[in-house]
Amino acid sequence: MAEQPHIELEDVRKSFGPKHVLNGINLAVDRGHSLVVIGGSGTGKSVMLKCILGLLEPDSGSITIGGKSEVALKGAEPDQLMRRFGMLFQGAALFDSIPVWENVAFGLIQGQKMERTEARDIAFAKLGQVGLTAEVGELYPAELSGGMQKRVGLARAIAADPEIIFFDEPTTGLDPIMADVINDLIVSCVKQLGATTVSITHDMASARKIADDIAMIYKGEIIWQGAADTIDESDNDHVDQFIHGRADGPIQMDVLRP
Amino acid sequence: MVNFVAQIGRVVLAFLEEIGRLSLFTKNAMFAGMLPPFYLRQVFDQLVRIGYNSLPVVGLTAFFTGGVLALQIYIGGSRFNAESVVPSIVSLAITRELGPVLAGLMVAGRVAAAIAAELGTMRVTEQIDALTTLSTNPYRYLVMPRLMAAVITLPILVLIGDIIGVMGSYIVATTSLGFNSGAFIRNMVDFLEVRDVVSGLIKAGVFGFIIALMGCYHGFNSRGGAQGVGRATTNAVVSAAILILAANYALTNILFSE
Repeated sequence: MAEQPHIELEDVRKSFGPKHVLNGINLAVDRGHSLVVIGGSGTGKSVMLKCILGLLEPDSGSITIGGKSEVALKGAEPDQLMRRFGMLFQGAALFDSIPVWENVAFGLIQGQKMERTEARDIAFAKLGQVGLTAEVGELYPAELSGGMQKRVGLARAIAADPEIIFFDEPTTGLDPIMADVINDLIVSCVKQLGATTVSITHDMASARKIADDIAMIYKGEIIWQGAADTIDESDNDHVDQFIHGRADGPIQMDVLRP
Repeated sequence: MVNFVAQIGRVVLAFLEEIGRLSLFTKNAMFAGMLPPFYLRQVFDQLVRIGYNSLPVVGLTAFFTGGVLALQIYIGGSRFNAESVVPSIVSLAITRELGPVLAGLMVAGRVAAAIAAELGTMRVTEQIDALTTLSTNPYRYLVMPRLMAAVITLPILVLIGDIIGVMGSYIVATTSLGFNSGAFIRNMVDFLEVRDVVSGLIKAGVFGFIIALMGCYHGFNSRGGAQGVGRATTNAVVSAAILILAANYALTNILFSE
């Protein structure tokens, strides 16, 4: 058990003006594990994910990937680090000016300078992996349904065979059946790659399905972390309230009550 | 009274903050853009969109401006029996001032708005973040090609506009003001110097930079959905137009101070 965690956050803090979003996040994910971070809207989930990805710079604290500190990276190193990452965005964030297959192949062609024909073959293979036909590859993102866009986003995230994949609300806005399809695809794709994953969601069904470990974030801090099958015995009022979806409890929403 | 001073202070601070943010943005774009990989396909794409597609707007503006100048200068000149100055004054006015400034303003309306709307939408749908996660620097991939294309095409557009504008005045002068065609051309060629045209083209290059920079800057920094993109578009056009007029004064001062 001497192996160090693949991703480690220590006392990460981030504020926007007077608003403290992250108040000292401590989190560790072991290699090959799937961590799901649950929490309500506005608790800092997305900001935390963007800090790990390097899209936002934390005010203080350290983030280490595979034992290397992210802040210390210089020159071309951030780009190289990015190559080990894959990310599925909440709204899929597909590039609407290029066809679906080019979206999937984008990181290979632009980021890694792969030949277009070779990248195209990989793109179609990855599309097949998420259950999309070759015809879909020729369409533009705007012509696809929400569920299909999510699957293309997933294909794009795994196209470069990353060792770490991030999922930002992978099932939000989908019907329950499509949500389950996406969950299955995530589990199978991740298993195939052996990747470490960090997901954020407020969909408990999704969390139970894809997580090895679950952490709950509240007011910019991790208030509970444990194996996914122990979440029902967490003995934490906040966690209980969240997983059962109750309006009454220690977590109070800013809602005016009549 | 204190409130009033505080208000002024706030406005000044916001203004300085904006200048700082713009300078940082420009620095990032230049530094990232100088390094490979260069996205030549993107540059070519933008050359067509910014340059070629602006030809009708610039051509028509120049044509009518040239025509109206001929009419007005003829009327003004006739008040002290100096109708013969029409060719030389029209060509000076067009090449030095009206060609670059009017083309700049028209292209600002067309291109700065289009760039801000496109990049703004990409920002709010997380497509710009997605670029980063696919190991593609968004400054290099999105901003630099637009800056380059605008700086290259604006002088070409202005040169074409100069020719069309002079042609417009020629047509008006020879058909309705009774000028002899040969005399008109001789008069114009005798008075026009190379530096009149070149100074206009230098201005055009600077205006091109301003247009693309304002479009990209406001697009990149747009926040908050459709309304935010709308605001970014307006700001891009307004700030580009004002900066063009201010830069025109400064450039005229530099280029023609002896």
